[in-house]
Amino acid sequence: MHHEEVFTDRNVNESSAYYYVDIENYPTTGWDKFKQVVKRTFSGELFVGLWVVMREMIKFDIHTVQYPMEKLPIGPRYRAVHKLLRLWESGYERCIGCGLCEKICISDCIRMDTRIDENSRKEVTEYSINLGRCIFCGYCAEVCPELAIVHGQRYENASEQRAHFVIKDDMLTPLDMLKAGQQAEYPGFGAIIPGSDESVKKTPLAY
Amino acid sequence: MDVAFIIETIAKIVVILLIFSALAGLGTYFERKVLAFMQRRLGPMHVGPYGLLQVAADGIKLFTKEDIVPQNVVKPIFKIAPVITAATAFMASAAIPFWPQFTAFGYTVHPIVADINVGILYVLGIMAIGLYGPLLGGMASANKWSLISAARSAAIFISYEVITGLALLAPLMMVGSLSLIDINNYQAGGITHWIVWSQPVAFVLFWIAAFAETGRTPFHLVANDHEIIDGFGTEYSGMRWGMFFIGEYANMFFISFVISIVFLGGFGDGTIAGAVQLLLKVSFFFFFFLWTRAAWPDIRPDQLMWLCWKVLMPIAVLNVVATGIVMMF
Repeated sequence: MHHEEVFTDRNVNESSAYYYVDIENYPTTGWDKFKQVVKRTFSGELFVGLWVVMREMIKFDIHTVQYPMEKLPIGPRYRAVHKLLRLWESGYERCIGCGLCEKICISDCIRMDTRIDENSRKEVTEYSINLGRCIFCGYCAEVCPELAIVHGQRYENASEQRAHFVIKDDMLTPLDMLKAGQQAEYPGFGAIIPGSDESVKKTPLAY
Repeated sequence: MDVAFIIETIAKIVVILLIFSALAGLGTYFERKVLAFMQRRLGPMHVGPYGLLQVAADGIKLFTKEDIVPQNVVKPIFKIAPVITAATAFMASAAIPFWPQFTAFGYTVHPIVADINVGILYVLGIMAIGLYGPLLGGMASANKWSLISAARSAAIFISYEVITGLALLAPLMMVGSLSLIDINNYQAGGITHWIVWSQPVAFVLFWIAAFAETGRTPFHLVANDHEIIDGFGTEYSGMRWGMFFIGEYANMFFISFVISIVFLGGFGDGTIAGAVQLLLKVSFFFFFFLWTRAAWPDIRPDQLMWLCWKVLMPIAVLNVVATGIVMMF
């Protein structure tokens, strides 16, 4: 059930939902104390409490998510463990080894090695993220010009070794998965905004 | 004393022990489920269908856990304290009639271990001895939380036990007997004969005192988790802690039986329908213990003592006096 957020204005005035709670002073005289006790005893507040919990039990509006069997959807901009994507048509790695992610990483946890291969193409020989240092800020995904490194949706990271998730082979989409069309184009952090093709203006021609 | 009587009594004791030990386990299951539903949760779901075998899992855990006796505790007292709680809870059940007498295979069975003529006095007395469990366990534990809990249990005990006695005095004056069977038969005429109609004040007072007696939520001060960890149970583990637990839940069932029998007609005229009604009444009182736990806040020890000594005790005394005046004329 969607909850309407009415508490956006956090100042106390006529237009906001906040108001000062009217708290009475503590009774000082014996007679006032007695009156307070009588009032509280017979106001039936205890039965209001009983009714509220009984009502919830009868309504049976259970909010539990039985986690391993059921999972809540996570937002598209959620920043979980990284993935390296491949080009759809050729199956090459998208990563061009520019090193921007390594450069921008504020916790210095990305490490990559590159070499020029026989086709004069820059090849990434080694790519790893030290999850002990990574703060999941998302700068690497944001800075990547090729949408090669992204933050995936995998938040269940129990393993014997943290490194099991962030060696290059683990992050890179396997070729058979790519051929089966199972590589998800990631809509989140650093990705192209939907409909951005329309907003691209033509580059002015040089004179 | 013939052999058949001894065998019958032993059989009854074993049956009561087994049924109420199992019920104590199931009681925890119901408590967790009811609390969960009232808080929009599901409660235990994974062990067995709808978490039903959670009871068995907890039992196995408690039985097989290492029995730790910490270094600085007073060892004999520390070891005996949980036994006191569990044993007194079950001893108190000896004078409670759980079911009207019935005839099976030509043999008349009285489902009460001992129909003594001071039944209710015996039940309350033995339940009062149960105080020594938390008190001794808490004092022997060499732990500050346990010590506070022991002090609280003693302070609360002398407060509510006055209410329990005085509240029961008025209905007992009307019945003229302390035997729970006699009290039940006094109300055998049906719903209009229930003592709750003639003694509503005593009923409410005794019910309130029952919460203090069993240490249930509005008066859950002896082992209040958010103040004093688990109170007297802090240093206990495994089956010793389990004994406290079984004693507490058995006590809840037995006090529910006592309220139902004394004030709400018990098993009535002794038919099967009356007996089922008794179980329904007991179930309601047990459910109410869980219900209040979900709904009500805990109060401070001084507030409980204030309530017992300054409010409930005068009312109880007035109730006794009023009952006496009405009975005289």
